[in-house]
Amino acid sequence: MAREHSPRRKALLTVAAWTAGLLIFFPILWTILTSFKTEAQAIADPPLFLNFDWTLENYAAVQERSDYMRFLWNSIVISGASTLLGVLIAVPAAWSMAFVPSKRTKDILLWMLSTKMLPAVGVLYPIYLIFIELGLLDTRAGLTVVIMLINLPIIVWMLYTYFREIPVDILEAARMDGADLRAEILYVLAPMALPGIASTVLLNVILAWNEAFWTLNLTAANAAPLTAFIASYSSPEGLFYAKLSAASTMAIAPILILGWFSQKQLVRGLTFGAVK
Amino acid sequence: MATRRSRAAARMMMAPAVVLLLGWMLVPLTMTLWFSFRRYLPMRGGDLGWAGFDNYVRFVSSSAFWPSIQATLVIVGGVLAATVALGVLLALLLDQPIWGQGVVRVLVIAPFFVMPTVSALVWKNMFMDPVNGLFAHLWRLFGAEPLAWMSEASLPSIVLIVSWQWLPFATLILLTAIQSLDREQLEAAEMDGAGPLSRFVHIILPHLSRAVTVVILIQTIFLLSVFAEIFVTTQGSFGTRTLTYLIYQRVLESQNVGLGSAGGVYAIILANIVAIFLMRIVGKNLDA
Repeated sequence: MAREHSPRRKALLTVAAWTAGLLIFFPILWTILTSFKTEAQAIADPPLFLNFDWTLENYAAVQERSDYMRFLWNSIVISGASTLLGVLIAVPAAWSMAFVPSKRTKDILLWMLSTKMLPAVGVLYPIYLIFIELGLLDTRAGLTVVIMLINLPIIVWMLYTYFREIPVDILEAARMDGADLRAEILYVLAPMALPGIASTVLLNVILAWNEAFWTLNLTAANAAPLTAFIASYSSPEGLFYAKLSAASTMAIAPILILGWFSQKQLVRGLTFGAVK
Repeated sequence: MATRRSRAAARMMMAPAVVLLLGWMLVPLTMTLWFSFRRYLPMRGGDLGWAGFDNYVRFVSSSAFWPSIQATLVIVGGVLAATVALGVLLALLLDQPIWGQGVVRVLVIAPFFVMPTVSALVWKNMFMDPVNGLFAHLWRLFGAEPLAWMSEASLPSIVLIVSWQWLPFATLILLTAIQSLDREQLEAAEMDGAGPLSRFVHIILPHLSRAVTVVILIQTIFLLSVFAEIFVTTQGSFGTRTLTYLIYQRVLESQNVGLGSAGGVYAIILANIVAIFLMRIVGKNLDA
């Protein structure tokens, strides 16, 4: 379509795309801007866009009143540990399915996917009961395990699709050249598998960070991560826009940055390889 | 090529993942199924014995059931329609040669990374509040009476919030699909005199049909269990009590576990109907 690349058409499309992009991004931008306003400026009529006195007081206030750092730490521990644990369990499984496939491999993969379809609310009470019995309610350990389990199918699937792209012939070539198993894994397989594992980790940290069914229902004061911290602003504190914005900005900033690195993996990870 | 020993090793390597997922699926599922046939009220006497299909009948015949199905359908249907339609348009736009394509992509994808509780609260308070919300300012600017979104237009509000969260997902998948389109085919069609519209209808749209199906199925599964967005906004009032929320209320708020579990079984069946179609598509792809 080379002949259509007239500068005028390109300019027009650019304007349209930027308008759409900014419109979609606006709620996030507005939240970030509001977090630097005073409460009075936050509800000023007409709304203030950039022409206000920038202040950091809301960030200090949020930390002081609700100990943001503790929730942040819970989020980091739960999303980090659940991802790490999931990857440790999934790597061998995905590895064997990709390199030693059997007749049942496909069925096992599809069955794993089907556990992901189980609506959480359908098993809410059993899990709640088990948590009480085992003393796991409102603990980081309990939540870590649950979130690991709900993401495990995605982790296995993503790793499987990555591993399957590693050519098996290269292993035999390495063997011919006299590589032992250790050298094979260390110098041949690991370098090829690492990018896929890294992408998987990235996407699953994001999914775990934003999980908001089990975190809301299975935690209270102790193990609550940022999703629950923000939910505590639902009312009437939510009416303090500047503080709500500061809290929200702090809750989403880390993952927004990670997320931008994982755009490509998002498609593969969330469609189970159905769209690549 | 695989020897018997390597097969045994492969089974060992798979075992932890398989056993864990099997336990995660079977244990709670069996318990839910068991509770659904019991009169089980933890706060009012505990397990009061066998109930037969009572819970199933009562769950469906309660006055809250049909409205909850309706709310669920409106939310799932509304979000699907909005995200697929806008997603196709956005994907087509982002596929064009434009300045700053990478930046625009990042802007469009951003909402997907915002946790549900944050997006729901930001929209509810800072945009939809009838006094201080940005929409109220906008409405007044045009001399209109501001809308109390969360009570007067509760379902459209939830649809708007959830659509905003899922539009990036739809766009990204559709964009990936468009980019895999054979350019030569499009150029050939153009040479043959096909206009932009007929090229879209006859080439691009058929090519996208699979991606659209995948988007619809995956989103449906997630949308059926929308929870946090309702939890922090309306708490299920103003007609926003979905099937998921109704079950949550039965189980944890009114502590009628038998009744809630019967509802849970319905929800599981519903989700599985959608899942079967998704699995078929994914399974086909595995063979390819």
